Amino acid sequence: MSLTTFEHPLAKYIRPSAKKTANCPGCGNGILAQSILRAIEGLGLTLDDFVFVSGIGCAAWIPSPSFFADVLHTTHGRPIAFATGIKAALPAKHVMVVSGDGDLTAIGGNHLIHAARRNIAMTVVCVNNGIYGMTGGQVAPTTPLGLTTVTTPFGNAENPFDICELVKGAGASFVARWTTYHPRQMEKTIKKAIQKKGFAFVEVLSQCPVEFGRKTGMGNTVQMLEWYKTKSVTLARAQGMKPEELRDRIVVGEFVDVDKPELIETLAAVRAKAMASA
Amino acid sequence: MGNGAVLTGRHFMMGNIACAEGALAAGCRFAAGYPITPATEVAERLAERLPAVGGTFLQMEDEIASIAAVIGASWGGMKAMTATSGPGISLMLENIGFALGTETPCVIVNVMRGGPTTGIPSVELQGDVVQPRRGSHGDYQIIALAPSSVQESFDYTVEAFNLAERFRTPVFVLSDAFLGHMREELLVPSADRIPLAERKRFPAGADVETLPAFLDEDVAPMPIFGEGHKAHVTSSCHDAFGRRNVIDASALDVFIRKLNEKIARHRDEIVRVAADLEGSDVGLVSYGSVFRCAQAAVEAGRAEGLRLGWFKLGTIWPFPDRELAEAASRVKHLMVLENNLGQVVDYVRAAAASRCTVSFLPPRVLGELHEIEDILKAVREVRP
Repeated sequence: MSLTTFEHPLAKYIRPSAKKTANCPGCGNGILAQSILRAIEGLGLTLDDFVFVSGIGCAAWIPSPSFFADVLHTTHGRPIAFATGIKAALPAKHVMVVSGDGDLTAIGGNHLIHAARRNIAMTVVCVNNGIYGMTGGQVAPTTPLGLTTVTTPFGNAENPFDICELVKGAGASFVARWTTYHPRQMEKTIKKAIQKKGFAFVEVLSQCPVEFGRKTGMGNTVQMLEWYKTKSVTLARAQGMKPEELRDRIVVGEFVDVDKPELIETLAAVRAKAMASA
Repeated sequence: MGNGAVLTGRHFMMGNIACAEGALAAGCRFAAGYPITPATEVAERLAERLPAVGGTFLQMEDEIASIAAVIGASWGGMKAMTATSGPGISLMLENIGFALGTETPCVIVNVMRGGPTTGIPSVELQGDVVQPRRGSHGDYQIIALAPSSVQESFDYTVEAFNLAERFRTPVFVLSDAFLGHMREELLVPSADRIPLAERKRFPAGADVETLPAFLDEDVAPMPIFGEGHKAHVTSSCHDAFGRRNVIDASALDVFIRKLNEKIARHRDEIVRVAADLEGSDVGLVSYGSVFRCAQAAVEAGRAEGLRLGWFKLGTIWPFPDRELAEAASRVKHLMVLENNLGQVVDYVRAAAASRCTVSFLPPRVLGELHEIEDILKAVREVRP
């Protein structure tokens, strides 16, 4: 194969009419998109086994329109609620939500915690860039305390969410976190998330060099990936560390992997009960 | 249909229950909702009946999630609905716009209650009749039906599903607290006597990149998820292939016009009215539960020699403007009765133009029904 005919090994998963990307140069979306597609390929699945659902924001553009699959690009904050109806109608399909931290934890926070509580079988990949990227770098519920953004010109006065703790507390059966510095680990974890019979949540810290790095002083793509590398600590190591040592560190790994009653199965049981008594 | 989805027979039933039964008879197999007075009985009935016929009811965390789940289930190939009341509709409006823009068949029942804001949950008001038409942002056409009896609560819900499927669009059923909680006779025909419409499906093996699945004035086939169509569905401005275009105003122009025309061009198929204006000088225009007062007033008025008739709006949207214009040229005066301070009356005035005079009569106390004598008194005072 000559260089001129080289095709990206994942190109077959891209919608033919999706010729351009809306992502800025240096965005973490591409790393994550590849991890998702490699995980699907690695499991021997095809995109026809999936329905992708996204909300509003940069991360929502990972599957929409690029993935050559059934894709529902929904309203801001609501993808998990839409996905709930899709999963109920198509229980045999894998339903995957890909959206951002603003979409899933601010405007859509209620749907996130309730889907985790229901433990409905779906994979939710939350791309956490710590900012509202698409609208130009406003503070998010994930922006660190004190950080300067365009809507916190004197520093962020609010505490950020620990999204994984939130989803864990709400009852999800699988919860994990990685950064875009960890594409291989992410791929393995997404494989597990897809196979999990229950609500599987994967948070991915992802660099936004344009709206986060530039405006908050956190630097460019390389500097931010370097930051993820030096600040990340695996769950196993973190368990042996004191709270003060963990301040400003990013704990990565798989936090929850348990089996518990899953909604689509419990609904099937309800149906059987109703039919028997009808 | 089978599995006892159609309750064929003669019943004495509450309007909200009849609405739920209409949905089941229409083939609805997914419903999502959130408790709210005075609509809750619809959800309760569906929660009890849907699982027994192989369907699903989900009580969601709020009304926003309810309509979202309904839209998701519809893309999964199911006939789906939600039922709520005014405050719930206010929360759903953004996603109702999503259903319009993505051409998603679904049914939304609004059992109207006293508003604005929290108002009085258990008192009926026809306060939300213009809301479906203009409530969600942007420019669009919508379908809304207004039943006026328990029988129509059943029949119009079936019809709402048929229109939703036929036109790939959300359809409103505008019931109200009075009608929802009223009990009267309901006749449910056998399943084979209930005509059902099914959405036109995207052909197997066809390519979403070359065969249009959106923005056809005569309704494009729907690429249901899970069938391998690889459909891209976005509520952003898109072309006939679902490809997003958020750059060109000309693309937006096509997007808006095609969706509008899909309803406007077929308004004759959608609009349903009924009238008894034979030999009448004055016609009472009404809809929903207030029609019952109008009908009673016409009967009483004719008994005392008044040349009085009625005109019932079964469809509020698209507005029956041509039918009202025709009625306006047959009578000297149209009196619009609504349980509000005047919502549809402005549209009636516009439709009647100068063909006849038009007046408006609310009930003496908003939230109560019109007194027959109040209507007749107003009719006697008409000087066209």
